[in-house]
Amino acid sequence: MDLLLDLALLSLLLLTAVSIAWTRDMFAAAMLTGIYGLLSASFFMTMGAVDVAFTEAAVGAGISPLLILATLALCGRNQKADPPRAMLALCLVGAVGALLIAATLDMPAFGDPGAPAHIHVAPHYIGESFAEIGIPNVVTSVLASYRAFDTLGEVVVIFTAGLGVLSLLLALREQQHPIRALSAPHPQHLVLRLVAKVLIPPILIYALYVQFHGEYGPGGGFQAGVIFAVGFILYALVFGLDAVKRVAGHGVVQFLAALGVLIYGSVGLLGMATGKNFLDYSALAADPVSGQHLGIIVIELGVGITVAAVMMLVFYLFSEQLQRGLEDGSGKELTSGRAG
Amino acid sequence: MLLTSLYNYWVVIALMMIGLYMVLAQGNLIKKIIGLNIFQTSVFIFYISVGKVNGGNAPILAHGETIYSNPLPHVLILTAIVVGIATTSLALALVIRIKRAYGSVEERDIQAEDRPC
Repeated sequence: MDLLLDLALLSLLLLTAVSIAWTRDMFAAAMLTGIYGLLSASFFMTMGAVDVAFTEAAVGAGISPLLILATLALCGRNQKADPPRAMLALCLVGAVGALLIAATLDMPAFGDPGAPAHIHVAPHYIGESFAEIGIPNVVTSVLASYRAFDTLGEVVVIFTAGLGVLSLLLALREQQHPIRALSAPHPQHLVLRLVAKVLIPPILIYALYVQFHGEYGPGGGFQAGVIFAVGFILYALVFGLDAVKRVAGHGVVQFLAALGVLIYGSVGLLGMATGKNFLDYSALAADPVSGQHLGIIVIELGVGITVAAVMMLVFYLFSEQLQRGLEDGSGKELTSGRAG
Repeated sequence: MLLTSLYNYWVVIALMMIGLYMVLAQGNLIKKIIGLNIFQTSVFIFYISVGKVNGGNAPILAHGETIYSNPLPHVLILTAIVVGIATTSLALALVIRIKRAYGSVEERDIQAEDRPC
């Protein structure tokens, strides 16, 4: 049964990817990306990767198609054909694919418990993490404690990418004007407004649950941050960007993005200040296991704040661009796309 | 047996090649970014497939369970997904700037404009 589900999901994924490559209508491609994200989230679920499935569902099926749609609205939805290059690329891709398939014949069988990947550090994580860290979710233990330094690097990358988008698009922002477009209020859509009003509080509460329950069940800062941002983005889509900016303006979001990284880094420095290693959580409490608990909660909070703030910041910047694009008249494509 | 034990890896390769094809063959910059995303997701699927253990549960410790999936690939991919959307948004922001500067997001138009007259 598991195998059948696995085969079916992967075949659907393949089919979706082919149709994304095939279609010339970029709007269809963007919507298919959402389906692709949802399918891969379901696949991760069947593989027992619950934390990953969470993240992919929010990112792959939610935020990613939304950003692509915003870009399409600014850049046009029709794609030009390019036949001579297509043949050449097809030959190259076929050759590379054949070589890679030949290489898989040496791979250990799928699900083999004796595969090299499972006999390195994984037995230690599964066998010892409860004694060393004291929390049942092994993924959180590895993410926030064993590999905390690595995770710090990733949070910094996310923060830097947010800064990059800010510097690329802020220069194009003109003085304050009422912002509509992608996030125009929809007074006529009563159903949308009602559904959004009912949905947003549970989304935000759920994000907080995922954030603070991540040690015991699936969850953590990355997932919570993305879900939290999705709640705000939904609000902006239905009630307008201005309404959201009254709650969390540009300044607040930029400040929070930096604050999260700062919290994470400070926990690391706290360890050094007491003569221990960077990110050594035993500096936080007398008992090493409760030190681990405290450390994980604090850095996951830092991760959640930065991820949520960067996602919201990116969404703000994109929808402001869209507003400006529509004023210039280069956003005609979106309006005609909506009509068609 | 060979089919079921390696099917996942073959699908990963097929997805990866579709992504690569889109990056190579399609001139539209947004389509290239979608292609890169498909390529990236194929790597995610590869890692998660490698981390699967037959009969293994989700790696959240519980009484009476002894077999768990490998948690390490889950950690790596979980963070990679969020980093991926952050870098994708940076790429899309660049595309918006290119559109403003050149008036097009088709590779040929951009190159034609760059060519010295």
